Amino acid sequence: MARRSGSVLTGAGTVFVKELADHLGGARIIVLQWLVIIAGAGAVYTAIQDLRTTMGQDPFLFLRLFTQAHDPLPSFVLVLEFLVPLIAIGLGFDSVNSEFNHRTLSRLLAQPIYRDALLFGKYMSGLSAIAVVLLSLWLLIMGLGLVTLGVPPSGEEVMRSLAFLIVAIAYGGVWLAVAMLCSVIFRSAATSALTALAIWLLVGVLWPQVVQFTSSAVYPPTPLQILFGQPNPDQLMLQQTLSRFSPSTLFGEAMLGILHPTTRALGLVFVSQLEGAVMGSPLPLAQSLLLVWPQVTSLVAGAVILFSVAYVVFQRQEVRA
Amino acid sequence: MNDNVITTKGLCKRYGAVAAVNGVDLAIKRGEIYGLLGPNGAGKTTTILMLLGLTEASGGTIDVAGYDPTRNPLEVKRRVGYLPDSIGFYDYLSAKQNLRYTGRLAALRRAEIEKRISSCLERVGLTSVGDHRVGTYSRGMRQRLGLAEVLMKRGEVAILDEPTSGLDPEATFELLEMIRSMKVDGTTVLLSSHLLDRVQAVCDRVALFSDGQVVLEGTVPQLAERVLGGGFIYEVEVDAGDMEPVLTAVPGARRVVKGFRGFSVLAERDIRGDLARAVVASGAALLRLANMEPSLDAIYRHYFEEHAHGAA
Repeated sequence: MARRSGSVLTGAGTVFVKELADHLGGARIIVLQWLVIIAGAGAVYTAIQDLRTTMGQDPFLFLRLFTQAHDPLPSFVLVLEFLVPLIAIGLGFDSVNSEFNHRTLSRLLAQPIYRDALLFGKYMSGLSAIAVVLLSLWLLIMGLGLVTLGVPPSGEEVMRSLAFLIVAIAYGGVWLAVAMLCSVIFRSAATSALTALAIWLLVGVLWPQVVQFTSSAVYPPTPLQILFGQPNPDQLMLQQTLSRFSPSTLFGEAMLGILHPTTRALGLVFVSQLEGAVMGSPLPLAQSLLLVWPQVTSLVAGAVILFSVAYVVFQRQEVRA
Repeated sequence: MNDNVITTKGLCKRYGAVAAVNGVDLAIKRGEIYGLLGPNGAGKTTTILMLLGLTEASGGTIDVAGYDPTRNPLEVKRRVGYLPDSIGFYDYLSAKQNLRYTGRLAALRRAEIEKRISSCLERVGLTSVGDHRVGTYSRGMRQRLGLAEVLMKRGEVAILDEPTSGLDPEATFELLEMIRSMKVDGTTVLLSSHLLDRVQAVCDRVALFSDGQVVLEGTVPQLAERVLGGGFIYEVEVDAGDMEPVLTAVPGARRVVKGFRGFSVLAERDIRGDLARAVVASGAALLRLANMEPSLDAIYRHYFEEHAHGAA
C-alpha cells in the first residue's frame, strides 16, 4: 500500500458544520426531540408528584427526578434508555447512503478531502445533534426541578447529573455508530433503517430474555439449588457477562451507579464481600464514577469499534453508484 | 513528457476476473480538449475514476499534473475539477449554498469563494437562479451548475464524464460552447462521451475505447486516415432494406455498413455515379446520395465492422 500524504481530517470541519446545520434545521430532529420531551415529561411530572411527599428526607432530591418511577410510567432514565437509540438511528441511518442515492458522493470525494473526513465529520455532527437534544432535555429537567421543588440542587447533584449527560451522549454514540454502519453497508435507506431498528429491538429489548434463556441452558441449576430455591451462581455470572454486551445494560448500570449514590456494586455480590460496609450510606462522587468507569469505557469502546468497522467498509466501497 | 498533464502507462483495473480497463496508455497535452469515446461499459468512467484516485488501479502507472493519484490524491484533486457522470446536488440547498460547500471543502477563503461563485454562475448563465433551491432545477441547469463547480476550482485539468448525456440539442450546444471556452482559459479538458458526433466538434484529439482498451487514438482526420485509408464516405439512402450485396458489388466500394438511415459506403475513389446506377438497376429508388465529411461516427462504425470481420 502506498502511503497517503496530507491530513486525514482535512475538510472534516466543513463536513461537520454542514451536516450539523442539516440536522438542526431538519424536521427529523424536531420530531425526535418532541417524542423524547413528551415521553420524558410524563415521567418527570409523576416523579415530581412523588417527590413532594418525601421532600426533606432525601439528600439527593434532584437525582430522584431522573430515576423516580411511578407506575405505570417508567422513570426518565428508562425512557432515555429506550429512546436515545431511536434518536441516534433516526439521525444516522441514511447519512452515507443518501450521498450515494443523491449522487453527491463522487462530487464530494472529488474535492481535496479523504473519505475519512466525510465519515468522521458526519459522525461528529450526529453526535453533536444528539448532545444538543440531551442537553436541552437536561436543562428542561433542571429548570422544572427548580421551579416545582423550590430547592436548588447541591454541587454534587449537578456534577452527577452532568455525568449522566455525558454517559447518555456516549450511549447515543454507540447507536449512532450502529446506524452509520448500516448506512454504509446498505444502499437503500429503508433497508438501513429497518436493519438498525432490528438490531435495536434485538439488543435493547429482546436481549435480556435471550441472555436468561442461554445462560440457564448452559448452566442449569443443580437439584440442590432447586430445592433451596437458589440460582446457580455460574448461571448468574454468565447472564451478567452476556447482558453487558448490550449497550442498554451498560447504560442502565452506569445510570444506577451515578444517579443512586448508595450503589456500591453492580452485579453479583457475595455476603462475604459486604463485610464492614455501611449499608445505605452514599458513596462519594469519585467512588461512584470509579464504579461505573468500566461501563462508560465499554460504551465508548463499542462506539469506536463500530465506527472503525463502518470506516473500513466505507474505504473499500466503490464510488460509482 | 513535460507538456503532458495526464500520462498513464499500462493502466489496468480488474474486478475479479473481469478487466474493466486493460492496459490503457494515455498522453494528454496541456491545454487540449481530449475525448474519451466509446460505448457504455468500455471502461471510460473507470479510467476517469482512477485518474482522480477515487478507485485504485490494479496495475500501471498514472501521473496527473505531476502527482500520482494513488499516493497523493489530495494534490491531484486540488488541481482537477470533476463533473461526474450522473451529477447530484443537495436539493434542499440553493445553488450558491451547494457551491459554497464545495468551495469550503476545497479550503478556499470565504471572500474568494463568493467572488468565484458569482463569476462562475455568471459564466454558466445561472446568476438569476443562484439563490433558488437546486431541487427546482432542470437536468440541463444541474449540468451547468456542475460545470460551474468545475470552473470554480480553477484547476489545471477538468474531467467531464458524459457532460451532455440526457440534454436536449440546445442545451448540449450551449454546454459544448462552455467547454470550448474552458480551453481558452488554458484548462486541459478531458471529456468522455458515447455520443460521437457531438464531441467531434470540440475535441482536439480523441481516444476510442473498446472493451477496456484504447483501440484508436489521435485527431479526427488522423483517425479517418487510419481507418478509412484516405477513402471517401458516401451515404446512400434507398427505399429497400437489403442493399448491402448490391452496393458491395460496385467496383471501388471497399466496405458497406448499415446505418440509421441507409448505408455508409467506404470507397477508394469517387464512385457516386456507379453507386446510383447500381441502386437504380437493382429496382430500388435512390432517395439520397451524399458525400460525407469523415465523421467520428462513420470512423467508429467502419472500425468495428472491420474488426468484426477480422475476428470472424
